[in-house]
Amino acid sequence: MNTIQATRLVAAREIRVKLRDRTFLISTVVFLLVAAAATILPPLLSGGPSTVAATEAAAGPLREAGLQVRVVPDDAAAEQAVRDGDADAAVVAGPLVLAMDDAPGDVVNALSTRPPVELLNPDAVDPVLAFLVPFAFAFIFFITSQTFGVQIAQSIIEEKQTRIVEILVAAVPVRALLAGKMLAGTILALGQIALVALVAVAGMAFGGSSGLLSLLGPAIGWFIPFFLLGFLLIAAMWAAAGALVNRLEDIGGVSTPVQLAVMLPFFAVIFLNDNATAMRVLSYLPFSSPTAMPLRLFGGDAAGWEPVASLALLLVAAVGFLLAGARVYEGSLLRTNGRTSVRTAWRERETLG
Amino acid sequence: MGSVTTVLRLDGVDRSFGDRQVLKNVSFDVVAGRMTGFVGGNGAGKTTTMRIVLGVLAADAGRVTWRDAPLTRQVRGRFGYMPEERGLYPKMSVREQVVYLGRLHGLTAEAARRSTDALLERIGLGERGDDLLETLSLGNQQRAQIAAALVHDPEVLVLDEPFSGLDPMAVDTIVAVLRERAAAGAPVLFSSHQLDVVERLCDDLVIIAGGSIRAAGSRERLRAAYTTPRYELVVETDAGWLRDQPGVTLVDLDGARAVFDLAPGADEQVVLRTALDRGPVRAFRPIAPSLAEIFREVAK
Repeated sequence: MNTIQATRLVAAREIRVKLRDRTFLISTVVFLLVAAAATILPPLLSGGPSTVAATEAAAGPLREAGLQVRVVPDDAAAEQAVRDGDADAAVVAGPLVLAMDDAPGDVVNALSTRPPVELLNPDAVDPVLAFLVPFAFAFIFFITSQTFGVQIAQSIIEEKQTRIVEILVAAVPVRALLAGKMLAGTILALGQIALVALVAVAGMAFGGSSGLLSLLGPAIGWFIPFFLLGFLLIAAMWAAAGALVNRLEDIGGVSTPVQLAVMLPFFAVIFLNDNATAMRVLSYLPFSSPTAMPLRLFGGDAAGWEPVASLALLLVAAVGFLLAGARVYEGSLLRTNGRTSVRTAWRERETLG
Repeated sequence: MGSVTTVLRLDGVDRSFGDRQVLKNVSFDVVAGRMTGFVGGNGAGKTTTMRIVLGVLAADAGRVTWRDAPLTRQVRGRFGYMPEERGLYPKMSVREQVVYLGRLHGLTAEAARRSTDALLERIGLGERGDDLLETLSLGNQQRAQIAAALVHDPEVLVLDEPFSGLDPMAVDTIVAVLRERAAAGAPVLFSSHQLDVVERLCDDLVIIAGGSIRAAGSRERLRAAYTTPRYELVVETDAGWLRDQPGVTLVDLDGARAVFDLAPGADEQVVLRTALDRGPVRAFRPIAPSLAEIFREVAK
């Protein structure tokens, strides 16, 4: 049994068990529903054109603009229709547009003449989207790395707690156990995201906002490698944390630093996303770069070489954390009396054949 | 067998945890085809020794060899191991995890499935094979643990307390399975604190106390070596006169029945003749000491 075969067997078991886990299945379905709702509902809820109350004389240009016109006998009836909520707006003599508390843009546009507009940078992103899309990315990274990281830790603790780890370690290299779990976690995480992305794309097509997709394309392209390396970085920390304790109940004590390492960068990116200098720094720090760099790319304020440099830094950090995580894992896996300190695990690794 | 001895051999194994030395120069052989009982009190070092054999712990000094070759992961992959503290995956079915462990030990999917089915049938878990482990009784979980140790048809078996938690019928089943493996040529090393089970089962015996081996060898040889000769005598009336017999130490006296030890050099035939001179003798026999007695003697 070589390491690669063993890794594959371990990963296959992890995936098989996870795919039968009701909690995992339910959470995946919930994600899919959220993705579908987020892409399908907004266009449906935006409610179509406004209803305008107007006399037959004023109705012509409003109908031409595609508005829904409710014909009333006179201006007083038009005003009453708005007050009663039967119409969003009314057009009375003047012409004067009446509305309750919100100027109806489409009605005003229908009645005005506008100078022609030429966009010099037609790709520039809607500021709302510019915030929402990277936020969605950051959120997906945050949730996914947290969920699957915890699961890797739990699976490690389960094997320690049930002591099956002794049989496993006697049969296959310790590294194969760890690698198998990481591989399974990565495949499941990417699989779940791919499913969510698929549903989101389908939802956009269905909701008629597929234009957004071509806009998102490049950002998603960069998000994937950042996500992958960032995920491995965090998963390595979870693996080490899991190996340090013996019972699931004790995971709280070791998981806090890992959770902070995920949460602080997440909130830093969310709250500092207006601050160009802070974002530049965050987009290079390994823990925040998976969210900060795609955000800068999406906003169009990163030079072509920047994601490459940031990715290289992240790669180095991920490899470093994987090696360190593996060492702590090896050093503490078989210490089944009480909690192991990182220092002990690091130093007193059992040297196994 | 040629020039290679089919022996699992421990040679001068030391191990400390911190500054507490738990194994001191541990050396013994586990011979192919024989059941070797590994006996010692709590904390004597049985589990540590077995973990070192399986490579789950490293030895500080000394070495372990199988067929004269040092143990590598490749070699250990063909060992079967049952750790002291039981554990399998609670939320997997028995069959699925035994197959998985078989595959981790290098069996193909097909071979692992066939071996698992046969084994579960053999140890009486055939009908529970598809149940989740956690739904099984403790005794049945224990049987599953045995299946996990045997699925890959191991060359060497190392079993830490394989009988604890088993009812007598299950013990019989497992004993029969282990005997088959031994008869097929595998050395079987098993520890137990149930000395009566060890007594019934083992061909060879290794006694450990305080981290060092106190005695090792065949059961008969240990019996002969570590106990003073003991006899039972039943006469017609009262056996109290034995008290004054030279070389005799009374262990137990109950009217006409007496159990006594003989000093080295004293002749049991002299005692018998004296008894016959005094009246009818209903019984006279040597008493083989129980393992518990040997153990107490050796581990003192």
